[in-house]
Amino acid sequence: MRWIWIDRFVDFQSGKSARAVKNLSLAEDHFGDHFPGYPVMPAALILEGLAQTGGILVGEANNFQEKVVLAKIPRAVFHREMVAGEQLIYEAEILNLRQEGASVQARVLVGGQVTAEAEIFFAHLDQARSKQIFGDGNFVFRGEMKYLLERMTGSKDRTGGPAGTAGG
Amino acid sequence: MPTQDEIYSKVSATLVEALNVDEEDIKPTSTLQGDLGAESIDFLDIVFRLEREFGIKIPRGELFPESIFQGDPELVQDGRVTPKGLEELRSKMPFADLTKFEENPEVGNLSNLFTVDLIARYIQGKLENGQN
Repeated sequence: MRWIWIDRFVDFQSGKSARAVKNLSLAEDHFGDHFPGYPVMPAALILEGLAQTGGILVGEANNFQEKVVLAKIPRAVFHREMVAGEQLIYEAEILNLRQEGASVQARVLVGGQVTAEAEIFFAHLDQARSKQIFGDGNFVFRGEMKYLLERMTGSKDRTGGPAGTAGG
Repeated sequence: MPTQDEIYSKVSATLVEALNVDEEDIKPTSTLQGDLGAESIDFLDIVFRLEREFGIKIPRGELFPESIFQGDPELVQDGRVTPKGLEELRSKMPFADLTKFEENPEVGNLSNLFTVDLIARYIQGKLENGQN
């Protein structure tokens, strides 16, 4: 299973807020079991998507120099189930950001209606110690995580092009 | 300037949110780690919430000094805080009540200093010094 639970960013304000889209496709394996005949997106995976939205927001604020790890979720409320076929909008806003870590206020919207809310807390792994454990590379932000952001920046540039160009 | 009681009840409410404990479990003498089950990441959460609640800035290491000693042999010997170490504690944490700790200054007892009352005293000192 690929561990990336957002499809793309639609808005990104460095150090402030981010908005991402997650389309729930019936082709996702977990819907086979959760639940047979009633494909509900597991709340834990929604939280993971919110945490990825918020985590990239926090990581980018320090130019991906910190290893940002999900530390705790002091509060999470789900107002209703979200099912295959729906498009979820994940919003995250930085509440606090400092050397040791950060917290974000996050929410999920479906068709403009708030369906879930959470407060998410991130720790910056102590650089010296994490190097001992994980080596020099930043294992949190690599590959697809950064690709998502680059894609967003790229698509932003493209929207400035002449109208009617190919693509979509 | 809020009264002592107001500060205490706000601190208490902050801990209910940060540690997911019941308000009736919170007493002035409750230790954050031992009695209320706080883990290391919770301390940063508490700091963030206190900053928001009281409109103050809490610099890193001021309320919860992470590494007062760092294994400095002048400050800690054989797992006990030396008189010089106690002096260091007094200067870094003037809001802490060290009376009990001084009776048995084992490093392992340090976490017992961090009580609900200690936070309330810290906040009060901070507000009195015009940090608000």
